Amino acid sequence: MHDTAPALELHDLTVAYHKKPVLWGIDLEVPQGKLIGIVGPNGAGKSTLIKAVMGLLPISSGWVKVFGQPLKKSLQRIGYVPQRESVDWDFPVSVMDVVLMGRYGRLGLIKRPTKEDREVARACLEKVHMLPYANRQISNLSGGQQQRVFLARALAQESDLYFMDEPFSGVDAATESAIITLLHELRERGKTMLVVHHDLPTAREYFDMLILLNMRLVAFGPTSEVFTNELLQTTYGGRLTILSDVAEAVKEQRILR
Amino acid sequence: MNDLIPEFDFARVFIAPWADGAQTFIWIALMGFFVAAACGLVGNYLILRRMALVGDAISHSVLPGIAIAFLLANSRSTPVMFLGALVAGILTTVIIEVIHKKSRVKQDAAIGIAFSTLFAIGVILISLYADKVDLDAECVLYGEIAFVPLAPHVQMFGLPLGPEPVVRMGFVAALTLLLIILFYKELLVSSFDPGLAASLGINAGVMHYALMSMLSVVVVSAFESVGAILVIAMLILPGATASLLSQRLPVVLLLSGVHGALSSLLGIHLSIWLECSMAAAMVVMGAALFVLAWVFSPGAGLLATWLSRRSKPVRLEAAPQPAYGR
Ligand SMILES: Nc1ncnc2c1ncn2[C@@H]1O[C@H](COP(=O)(O)OP(=O)(O)OP(=O)(O)O)[C@@H](O)[C@H]1O
Ligand SMILES: [Mg+2]
Repeated sequence: MHDTAPALELHDLTVAYHKKPVLWGIDLEVPQGKLIGIVGPNGAGKSTLIKAVMGLLPISSGWVKVFGQPLKKSLQRIGYVPQRESVDWDFPVSVMDVVLMGRYGRLGLIKRPTKEDREVARACLEKVHMLPYANRQISNLSGGQQQRVFLARALAQESDLYFMDEPFSGVDAATESAIITLLHELRERGKTMLVVHHDLPTAREYFDMLILLNMRLVAFGPTSEVFTNELLQTTYGGRLTILSDVAEAVKEQRILR
Repeated sequence: MNDLIPEFDFARVFIAPWADGAQTFIWIALMGFFVAAACGLVGNYLILRRMALVGDAISHSVLPGIAIAFLLANSRSTPVMFLGALVAGILTTVIIEVIHKKSRVKQDAAIGIAFSTLFAIGVILISLYADKVDLDAECVLYGEIAFVPLAPHVQMFGLPLGPEPVVRMGFVAALTLLLIILFYKELLVSSFDPGLAASLGINAGVMHYALMSMLSVVVVSAFESVGAILVIAMLILPGATASLLSQRLPVVLLLSGVHGALSSLLGIHLSIWLECSMAAAMVVMGAALFVLAWVFSPGAGLLATWLSRRSKPVRLEAAPQPAYGR
């Protein structure tokens, strides 16, 4: 019915903490089946954008539609990978327990995870190479392993639209490319992913489209069109040292290619 | 020395109560167990959510709650007191939330403001209407579990059940257990990752207030036997002890029940030996169990840590394969 509707549509979205706006008048229409990067400096409101869109924060004005429907109706179709620091890793649960949480949305009240849910959870752990750790207590994992547990949990949600807040923070290069392969696989299956990412040179490689954010929407479009010195300058507020590094990196890549 | 601590006589402390006074002590032990089990179960979630002090706050605000309920309804009947305390408990959590969310004051400070103010109001009310409010503040604060067997016994379907407070506490403990089993996964996910919970359509606010209501009910039913001050120990000690012994939530919940049963039984014997307040003795035994777990816990205990640091390098398993992103 809404098959061609944008995966995510924001209109005039404004979000404030204690009356201080941190996102201002965001208009966005994200097509389905794309891998999209969200880029911007610390404090730009990237996490806030994700939380507001998912209904975790009150919005001051504007509206959000997911697959052409109001958020409440499409919660089932959204998967979430929070910033790793946002949970207490000493919590007395195992890796398997955490991944199973991804299934809770399908279970409804009171029902327990079934054998089938466990199978799905196990398959998702296998995809991120974490199956051998299924019974570990989560505090006994390395940072990158924790990140992969979150990813497996998101996979277990079997959603159509994913929000991932810095899934690459603290993972090594090999894991990062394994995750990227996984994300590409999801994209082939028509999933849409919005991924907060801090590393500009790789952002350019990884993503089909970029959202450049700094309290306001600086630009949104195909990576080739918006990854320009000028737009990045605007996004990062002329912090030239960083940007010249990026320019360097970009140049080097051009040479390498 | 003998003047300071009563002589320890095994027969008097451990055997006599069950030989001569089983009728009495069984109810006290059961009451202690129900209180510790119900408090311990809820307390586990308070600890996990880093809200242990909210339990403290609610236990203190019970005082004005029952005083006001008493003044309004002019009755000392249990349902009236219960309702008053419940409303006070939930109101406390609302006040804490409002102060914390709508001002720059942090949550711990907000808790301090909310409960000490409510408690003070309770003290004023009781001294203002001392002639009308026939409440023994001492009893509200410290409770009197030793009097529990004297309460009128209740019957159900013609079957004698036991003293009314014990039956009520047993019912509350069973209800708490039932709710935790039924809503296990909702409680789990909203405690571990509120963000995910909300995205799954689990309303974190509803869960918060449901837990707080449960906490209020548990505290209110517990306080008449252990008092408003000792109930905080019952909320924290079982969960804290269990969390030292296991890292699996279901096991932690079970162990906190075991902790409750043990501290209740051992507390009775301690109080017979020292001829002291039973509730206080139960708390002291609960704390002793906590220290034991702290020292002897196989995984994270002081002793295990000390031994592993001291001992020669243990023989390791086979050399690990390189990780390669595993
Ligand atoms: N709970 C909060 N209360 C008040 N202000 C907040 C809160 N969370 C974030 N902010 C403010 O909102 C702004 C945006 O924060 P946000 O976390 O969205 O940034 P971000 O782009 O995710 O940054 P980072 O790259 O560091 O993760 C920041 O200025 C921050 O100080
Ligand atoms: Mg962030």
